[in-house]
Amino acid sequence: MLLAIAVMAPLFGSIFALFIGRILGDRTAQAATIACMVLAAICGMTSFVELIYGGAAPGVVSLGSWVSASDFHVDWALRFDALSVSMVAMVTCVASLIHIYSVGYMSHDKTIWRFFSYLSLFTFAMLMLVTADNLLQLFFGWEGVGLASYLLIGYWYDRPSACVAAMKAFIVNRVGDLFFAVGIALVFVTFGSIEFTDIFAAIQRHQSDMYHVLGADFRVYEVIGVLLFLGAMGKSAQLGLHVWLPDAMEGPTPVSALIHAATMVTAGVFLMSRMSPLMDYAPGALGFVTVVGGSTALFAATVACTQNDIKRVIAYSTCSQLGYMFVAAGVGAYQASMFHLLTHAFFKALLFLGAGSVIHAMSDEQDMRRMGGIWKLIPITYVMFWIGNLALAGVPPFAGFYSKDAILEAAWASHSLSGHYGFWCGLIAAFLTAFYSWRLMIMTFHGAPRADRNTMEHVHESPWVMVVPLLLLSVGAVFTGYAFHEQILGADWREYWGTAIQIAPTNHVLLRMEEVSSLVTFAPTVLGLAGIALAYVFYMFKPEIPVMIAEKFGPIYRFSYNKWYFDELYAAIFVRPTLWLAKALWQVDADIVDGMPNGVAALTTSGAQQIIKIQTGSIATYAFVMLIGVVGLVGSFLIFR
Amino acid sequence: MSQVDFPILSLLTFLPLVGVAVILSVRGEDAVVASNARWAALWTSMIIFLISLLLWVKFDQSNPGFQFIETAEWLPQVGLTYKMGVDGISVLFVMLSTALVPICILASWESITVRVREYMIAFLVLETMMVGMFSALDFMVFYIFFEGVLIPMYLIIGIWGGPRRVYAALKFFLYTLAGSLLMLIALLAMWDKAGTTDIVTLMHTTFSPQVQTWLFLAFFASFAVKVPMWPLHTWLPDAHVEAPTGGSVILAGVLLKMGAYGFLRFSVPMLPDASAKFAPFIYALSIVAVIYTALVALAQTDMKKLIAYSSVAHMGVVTIGIFTFNAQGISGALFQMLSHGVVAGSLFLCVGVVYDRIHTREIARYGGLADRMPAYALAFMLFMMASVGLPGTAGFAGEFLVLVGAFKVSFWLALLGSAGMILGAIYMLYLYRRIIFGSITRADLRGILDLSPREIAIFAPLAVVTLWMGVYPSSFTNFFEASVAAMVEHHQAALAVTSKLAGVIR
Repeated sequence: MLLAIAVMAPLFGSIFALFIGRILGDRTAQAATIACMVLAAICGMTSFVELIYGGAAPGVVSLGSWVSASDFHVDWALRFDALSVSMVAMVTCVASLIHIYSVGYMSHDKTIWRFFSYLSLFTFAMLMLVTADNLLQLFFGWEGVGLASYLLIGYWYDRPSACVAAMKAFIVNRVGDLFFAVGIALVFVTFGSIEFTDIFAAIQRHQSDMYHVLGADFRVYEVIGVLLFLGAMGKSAQLGLHVWLPDAMEGPTPVSALIHAATMVTAGVFLMSRMSPLMDYAPGALGFVTVVGGSTALFAATVACTQNDIKRVIAYSTCSQLGYMFVAAGVGAYQASMFHLLTHAFFKALLFLGAGSVIHAMSDEQDMRRMGGIWKLIPITYVMFWIGNLALAGVPPFAGFYSKDAILEAAWASHSLSGHYGFWCGLIAAFLTAFYSWRLMIMTFHGAPRADRNTMEHVHESPWVMVVPLLLLSVGAVFTGYAFHEQILGADWREYWGTAIQIAPTNHVLLRMEEVSSLVTFAPTVLGLAGIALAYVFYMFKPEIPVMIAEKFGPIYRFSYNKWYFDELYAAIFVRPTLWLAKALWQVDADIVDGMPNGVAALTTSGAQQIIKIQTGSIATYAFVMLIGVVGLVGSFLIFR
Repeated sequence: MSQVDFPILSLLTFLPLVGVAVILSVRGEDAVVASNARWAALWTSMIIFLISLLLWVKFDQSNPGFQFIETAEWLPQVGLTYKMGVDGISVLFVMLSTALVPICILASWESITVRVREYMIAFLVLETMMVGMFSALDFMVFYIFFEGVLIPMYLIIGIWGGPRRVYAALKFFLYTLAGSLLMLIALLAMWDKAGTTDIVTLMHTTFSPQVQTWLFLAFFASFAVKVPMWPLHTWLPDAHVEAPTGGSVILAGVLLKMGAYGFLRFSVPMLPDASAKFAPFIYALSIVAVIYTALVALAQTDMKKLIAYSSVAHMGVVTIGIFTFNAQGISGALFQMLSHGVVAGSLFLCVGVVYDRIHTREIARYGGLADRMPAYALAFMLFMMASVGLPGTAGFAGEFLVLVGAFKVSFWLALLGSAGMILGAIYMLYLYRRIIFGSITRADLRGILDLSPREIAIFAPLAVVTLWMGVYPSSFTNFFEASVAAMVEHHQAALAVTSKLAGVIR
């Protein structure tokens, strides 16, 4: 029941703000949505505590029938288990703080009611996603966050770049969604149901089912796993389908925080954990997950090192961290994957809102090349950035240390080729993460002020509505790792997760993690510290070095700076050909497909015009022709009789 | 067996003609006549809609057969009877027709200023034809109504249409008539074989596979044009572009459903072997429709044309669903037909709103309407998302069920048939962006007004239905669940018999 309130309250707030908030004013809309969100957070936390510590039994809250056709039957239902309550507690808390923060950040906006309505809608969709009891409802939430992100990225719809970014986000996501939907269909055809309970109960029975596709027989679990992961790649911005994520920065900063930290991008990771009972029997698909995740972690980290937009750097870091989560899921350490998801939510929200605070202070400047020298002016934000970055870089005892270390250990401990690939990618990325994080910090806060005088005079610490959420998030960024790592990853992980995460009997990756050599355990931390040191050398003490490197290794620098040319590549192989094909087919449609009936019509009319000439109007001619006819008829009658 | 003690279907069919009589009897000044005609048409259609709600309440959802049956002798010598009745497949289309007509009349309230009386008469006659067609249980009666629909629609496009209205109306008429004539021949052939034109009897008559092939092709000629299936679709964009808003709504909402309804009512149950034989052919045409027309839609510069092409793509999904011959596919197709009726109709109304104000359908002429028209932007957003098939809106359940049904047939059919998920999003978002987003640059848009109370009254019920169909589609699928199950069973049984016969002969 509490869970239902937690899920539904944001929807109510959203509708209220949209229809009534518009009439009653911004204050009412803000108050209503925030009240609903706080209520949701309280209910979400309570159900979390009830389940994890209070010993409440997991279960399902059914809300009514949804789609049904013969043996295909799906309900609206909320699933109450460790996976869903962990997500609900995290999402409602972070989203509440983002709502509160937005009161300050968006105070100069024209349509505040609209913004808050969208924010709450976004949260609602994410909550539906994580509490879904079947794949179709998960898909509802999945598409719902797609819609909400479209609305929020395109919130400033008078900016062409925002409109393009919004469309891009929705359409790229849809590419993944198509595969996800097909995957759901395959699940139905295999299991005869898409309710999680039914699927998980029948896992053993369909172990060796085969499915014929692409000219070969594959185990059906592998096909399902790959299809679902293709969906997850879209939503979680993995290499290939990541192109929408950096552009999503066009939305207001609180939106970026919501998209990148608590909601949306984590959906794909969540899906892998939710489907763990099935995924764990699809080693091939998992290998694919690991390779893509590892590649994304490394790719995004290399790009983040050269970006100059403060939000873009953090965006690519999100992309990279999501890669880590998929590496963990891919080697069967779903617990580690979820753990990093949860800790990441706090420190990434902190970083984004911190970036918002900087942007707010710098009169909407986002380019780090025009910042610097402000750390004394906005000390609280500065400290918050330190905490967030320490967590992100995985420095003990901050939250990210526990989760990131666990992922790399698991990747190493998996003893598989793909796992080791993931490990090395992740290790290099860990170094780069620390490097770009401190690059960001030094460029933003230190050195000589590079902004103009006018801006510098206006630099000020943000109002308390923005600072308090930062402080609360920093608590999460510091303590969530230490507080939960034993419960979530320890030997007694089943105490926490219950049956929400199920693994194959052959999966011992969590146990093996304990046995990896201390070299593996300390390597990420050491490399992280090295990355920080390098950033200090490069940007604090010898700023001429990075300039020199960029000149000397021009092609590599440009490759990274232009994000590996993905946008250009896609424009060349997808966007332009599609538009060209559309125009060409339209010509075909007008000239050929429509030309044929029109041609027949024209032929008929011109034919008729010829035939008209026979109608001379002369009775003598008619009589003569008739006579010939009669003669012909009678003659043939006589002959053939 | 009727659950109401009066002939409700005949009443629904012929009550519009009473409204016609009332409108004809009005005399006086032009303005008075016009106003009276509007009100009379609105009241008539509203009353009909309210009566049709009885069908919703009284329909027995567990009964797969026909209900509310009425029979009257007509020409017993040749086996012709006047027979009406609805089953789960047709009942909702009767309601769709009765619901859309009052909305169209409201939508035409201010935009039709010449020959208002005749316009309203045409609409009421159209309603008679549509309702009669969906409730006919005799093939001959069906045929008469099926063809009868053409006449008022032809007039609506040809008289109240845009600049190229005569071309479009003729094209519409000839294209569909050419197909229908072949259906008439098929009808006669069936009558010759079975000695009756009673649909229920025909459903249980077995035709030999060779005969089925010819009959199927004849039916196909008629229904494929109506759906319309690629490459017989080119009449549709022209008809839509030229038709007045109300005409477009009915065209997209109901007339496009006649072809698919024909497939479901005649081709699949009466000609099971031929249907199964031609299914791959239908899949191929449908996939082309889904992908090709979606791309063509992307290139359009005229709003109505864009939505017209999107209709062809959506109907491609419907034909895939029907010819999967399984419960999910057919249910999905039916639901997609209903949802498309509501959503495409609403989208044409959305176009009508700005057309009434600026008098152009050129997409490039618009932009930035969100500033001045927030309510319009919201309504448009909802219907756009429904058209894209967002879960929680009407467009989703049908598309997804067809996907499941198609998957049972083939992986590639499912994947390619659902390509509309991506392509639909591309052309619709692109359209929305060009019309609603951006900032206003043209002077005449600066003073544009948001939805009037009349327009809100039009959109509100459509929006409610769109969400209702998304959140609780079962309330609609329950109507046809039993009928679809019976149909699937009938189809499989028929195929089993044929293969058994083939085995015996061999």
